Amino acid sequence: MSVQTWTFLFVGVTFGLYLVIAWLARVSDTKGFYVAGQGIPAAANGMATAADWMSAASFISMAGIISTLGYAGGMYLMGWTGGYVLLALLLAPYLRKFGHFTVPDFIGDRYHSNTARIVAVVCAIFVSFTYVAGQMRGVGIVFSRFLEVDVNVGVYIGVAIVFVYATLGGMKGITWTQVAQYWVLITAFLTPAIAISLQYTGAAIPQIGLGSELIGEGTALLEKLNQIHADLGFASYTEPFIGNWDKLNVFCVVLALMAGTAGLPHVIVRFYTVKNVAAARWSAFWALLFIAFLYLTAPAIGAFARYAMLDSLHGKTEAELPEWFHSWEQTGLILWLDDGDGTLSYTGTDTNEIFRSGNLGTGHVAQIKEDHVRWLSGDAAGRDGRAVLRQAGLSGPDRDIIVLATPEMAGLAAWIIAFVAAGGLAAALSTASGLLLVISSSVAHDLYFRIVNNDATEGQRLLVGRAVIGVAVIIAGILGIYPPGFVSQVVAFAFGLAAASFFPVIVLGIFSRRVGTVPAVAGMIVGIGFTAMYILGSVYGGWSHWAFGIGPQGIGVVGMALNFAVTLSLTPFFPAPDQSIQELILSIREPEGAGPGLNIDRSAEAD
Amino acid sequence: MSNSYDKRLKEAINRYWKRNVTIMAILLFFWALAGLGAGVLFADSLNAWSLGGIPLGFWFAQQGSIIVFVVLILIYAILLNRLDRKHHEELAAIGGTEA
Repeated sequence: MSVQTWTFLFVGVTFGLYLVIAWLARVSDTKGFYVAGQGIPAAANGMATAADWMSAASFISMAGIISTLGYAGGMYLMGWTGGYVLLALLLAPYLRKFGHFTVPDFIGDRYHSNTARIVAVVCAIFVSFTYVAGQMRGVGIVFSRFLEVDVNVGVYIGVAIVFVYATLGGMKGITWTQVAQYWVLITAFLTPAIAISLQYTGAAIPQIGLGSELIGEGTALLEKLNQIHADLGFASYTEPFIGNWDKLNVFCVVLALMAGTAGLPHVIVRFYTVKNVAAARWSAFWALLFIAFLYLTAPAIGAFARYAMLDSLHGKTEAELPEWFHSWEQTGLILWLDDGDGTLSYTGTDTNEIFRSGNLGTGHVAQIKEDHVRWLSGDAAGRDGRAVLRQAGLSGPDRDIIVLATPEMAGLAAWIIAFVAAGGLAAALSTASGLLLVISSSVAHDLYFRIVNNDATEGQRLLVGRAVIGVAVIIAGILGIYPPGFVSQVVAFAFGLAAASFFPVIVLGIFSRRVGTVPAVAGMIVGIGFTAMYILGSVYGGWSHWAFGIGPQGIGVVGMALNFAVTLSLTPFFPAPDQSIQELILSIREPEGAGPGLNIDRSAEAD
Repeated sequence: MSNSYDKRLKEAINRYWKRNVTIMAILLFFWALAGLGAGVLFADSLNAWSLGGIPLGFWFAQQGSIIVFVVLILIYAILLNRLDRKHHEELAAIGGTEA
């Protein structure tokens, strides 16, 4: 069977499975819709958290980024897993004891202010949308290659599927679906990694393969990579702090990802879906363990893919090029503009002939190719397409194809290649549906129920929740079609924004009994305002990185510092929270103790 | 309820919170040491050594820090669940609480 047939088969079977689970676990009340009625075992919840967590950015984009950046790619690994530790230690147990559905709810109650609540809702929605947009783009890329449709058509298909099961199932449906998705995505990620490691080094464990000798070469994989990189004018693979990624920028991005993870609303809500705080802690451990299986494998895939790509492309003629190159060339995610000698040259210098089309339209790319052909034939009207694309910053293939193309590069069986596509979709869809639920709960619960209509019935709130998912998924689709960057880059922005807005006020809300309303709201506005402005200015406004040379991906750290600084320096001038808030803080500091036990029914309905 | 009962309850809760914060601070120290320290700040110097064919700074950034993080959360779950049990025993000894 061909790759495409296998893809249809796997994607069809796995999607059927998800829909059946969502249907079996469908719910009819808000409690089940948002927190799954708190009846999920710790290990299953950990698995669902892992699937929720590992998005298209983790599955499709991360190994690709590592493959391109070498050492610096590790900042995503450290940032996301390290952030998980912060979340589990600093925030989750306390927010859980607090017992409300959402982060804006906590901020609204802790700072006793609807203004704070609205600011937090706006931040939550903004962060979630940035993140969802990245997922939709990931779905589009998978479909564009394997169903041989346009990236945009791929996004439409993804939108339809996410909508169906996010509205049907709610959190309970999503939790069990995500358990299934975890198995699909982890198997899909590990199978090619093990196969490729065996093929190149003979080691069955990819993490060991990463440090092993290449069969028939007599040199270690990483050493060989560094050698090739030096020969072709690329920066060293294992050496840190080269080019744009100096120590300060790597540090800032890692820290922004860590703090942002802790502030990401869709993961915190996961801690509400288990029975007690002890189970919540175990669930956090299971989740990170399950996440680590993928995160520890990604660097191995990155290095193997890098070697396979350089080995199978550089110095080859048209006839020698592998088949995967041609199938990806059709999507525009990899382009070859020859200098006339008929031999492909993939280097880190001006002689490079491998590019990607990025955000350029198909017409624009065709024009560049046409001009390039004219330029080759000596026509004065022609233009060197290589120079045009190099100036546009489009050197090298699109990083997002690397995981999907790796099994093809290594010549693995067609069914493995197709399975990876199903895994990529599982990763993108599980995260997108979890996030859409957060957007929907933010609007339906925090805005509609808490602020607009206090008398809303269960039915009305569910209806609003589902309508919001519908609108949100369409907006996310539009953002997926017009993406502001690479999947993982877009996602990094989302984390920066979360770090700059939520993280300081949640931490101070738990660990300080002194911080009051006005300083917290001011801090959030300053933090997210500065970060959003800097990102937009750098990406669209052509700003130089004026804040200590920190790029837009790491700027969330500065936003976070500003947030802390504004909040703490204003605090002495404003009153401390009143007695009822003091009691609330004391009660959440004892995750399971003398205070009244956690009661979601009471907290959701009584106030 | 007597004043001494209130006082003892308050002390027990304060003790719990202090132990909790101490455990957290120690674990977060190792968190920063592995992730931000070995993975980023000292990565260039650590690259002078190597582990199983992988330069050590590079290994910490892409493998070691993650392993440390998983272990930290495991320790946290064990210690805190134990602390909770102890806290409940203390409260039971004081008597008359809902726990």
